[in-house]
Amino acid sequence: MIELAGLTKRFGSKTAVDDLSFQVRPGVVTGFLGPNGAGKSTTMRMMLDLDNPTSGSVRIDGRHYRDLDEPLKYIGALLDAKSMHGGRSAYNNLLCLAQSNRIPERRVAEVLDTVGLTAVAKKKSKGFSLGMGQRLGIASALLGDPEILMFDEPVNGLDPEGIHWIRNLMKALAAEGRTIFVSSHLMSEMALTADHLIVIGQGRLLADTSMADFIRQNSRSFVRLRSPQWEHLLDVLARNGITVTQTADGALEVDNGRIERLGELAAQHQIVLHELSGQQASLEEAFMQMTAGSVEYHAHSDTGHGPPPAPAANWGESYRAKAQGPAGNVTAERSASDGEGV
Amino acid sequence: MTTPYQQQAPGAPLGTYTSPIPVRPASLGDALASEWTKIRSVRSTMWTLGVLILLVLGIGLLAAVAVNASDAHMGDTPLLSLGFYGVLLGSICVITLGVLTIASEYGTGMIRTTLTACPSRARILAAKSVVFFLLSFVIVTLCTGLVAMLQMGMVSSAEQPTGSQLFKATIGVSLYVSTLGLLSLAVGALIRHSAGAITVMIGVVLLPLVLALFMFAPSLEGVRQALFEYSIPSQLAVFYGSSVSDSGPTGWTPLLILGAVTAAALGGAFAALNSRDV
Repeated sequence: MIELAGLTKRFGSKTAVDDLSFQVRPGVVTGFLGPNGAGKSTTMRMMLDLDNPTSGSVRIDGRHYRDLDEPLKYIGALLDAKSMHGGRSAYNNLLCLAQSNRIPERRVAEVLDTVGLTAVAKKKSKGFSLGMGQRLGIASALLGDPEILMFDEPVNGLDPEGIHWIRNLMKALAAEGRTIFVSSHLMSEMALTADHLIVIGQGRLLADTSMADFIRQNSRSFVRLRSPQWEHLLDVLARNGITVTQTADGALEVDNGRIERLGELAAQHQIVLHELSGQQASLEEAFMQMTAGSVEYHAHSDTGHGPPPAPAANWGESYRAKAQGPAGNVTAERSASDGEGV
Repeated sequence: MTTPYQQQAPGAPLGTYTSPIPVRPASLGDALASEWTKIRSVRSTMWTLGVLILLVLGIGLLAAVAVNASDAHMGDTPLLSLGFYGVLLGSICVITLGVLTIASEYGTGMIRTTLTACPSRARILAAKSVVFFLLSFVIVTLCTGLVAMLQMGMVSSAEQPTGSQLFKATIGVSLYVSTLGLLSLAVGALIRHSAGAITVMIGVVLLPLVLALFMFAPSLEGVRQALFEYSIPSQLAVFYGSSVSDSGPTGWTPLLILGAVTAAALGGAFAALNSRDV
């Protein structure tokens, strides 16, 4: 169990972490999510007593990190792949860590085997690829067989097989009753691994919720229709009290619409449909909307998350929609106002 | 907070996992073992110590051979002072190793891992200092001892050194050079940058002598004299009984002065490590 209470960190006039309070509970994978520069790494460094908080505190099982006797047996952390001496072999890098916490030397070979680096154990770690460095960092986190594991962006630089492996590893470790705290800036990655979610933006807590709740609250489902007789279709839908949104590329969207009913309506009125499909807004979208106001480093374009443009102004601008940021983002925002079902 | 949804293995109560490896209070001994593994497992240690051995032995022997061949009489000059130049150059290697012992951890990012494994800054600094000092002391003692024996055997035109002279030219010199390395370690911890810290230390060794060379004005005579007497090469020469003047520090005083400076620098390094973000 990790507890943060009013944790704050200022660098000069810039507040990196702002009055952050939450708990990381055992037995689950807790995802720590935020855009780049949100203060995730700073928070994790303060948890490990590498950075001193401006105010507030972090307690690990009720104790300060500095008061832990042999910390690697409580907490294993992967901070970034380059936290090793490149001139030293993978084996010796782990051996000196093991010795400092009186961990038996056989654990070094064991964890190297776990992460699949046995073959390069005697190689200098500076020759390692990003993925191999990441595995070595994970090995160092597992060294003391600790109760709590912290991973900062663990999938960075891993190949698909490696990503799959780390996901399963985290789930297996959590199932043993360990506390897993993992940061990421990718919602899609978190959706696959985390049970609980902590979202921060500009150092502030934005959400502290279970993954299931987050999905329930934030995934919008809608039905997408395309028709050459779209004006006729609009009439029919309006007469039936169905609220419709037009998207930039000429399609119609019905929020929480029942796909069967819409198909039947079109058939009744002999309207040709080119598309009738159920859609789900992605979690990535929900995450981006949540953190939209707190993104630290914007790529400046005239798009982003401004107020939705009026529907009529959008005709013929489909090229522009394609040029905009993450795909499909425009439609989701425009229809955010109408929540009426069929 | 709401967590209706927890992927908990059935039957496993919350938070029961504890490391099967028994936890005991960490001690300095563990940190020493760890630091010993670190210092012996990087190539820069082998390089700096290898060059050190080469310089001390090589120059010491060359000097002895040269004196023998020229048939010159050494007169009052103590025999063992032939070893001085090798040790002076070799001290650059000790400085480099001292700086690298800690500054390379900042360069590679290893320091974060180190301090995560051992959050006590005092223990880390102490362990690094002890391991480095002992390693340096043993190597320099072996080299200076060997050079002294060979010089005593080879050069016949000078008086054989007394026991006390021999002791100071081996153990005394080794203590002095290793303390200088310890000062470098403290400077490395303060500056956190290998090249910068090595440059500062070479400046500390050379600058007073170079400055003194250019102080021609009579009004600066006092400063000039002090710079000469208290510069590190002159103080090192005291251990060989060949100091530059009669008024400067004598006996074991140079070691006390350097020891005090080093202790202060280590204190500063500890305070910095303790308060700084890594």
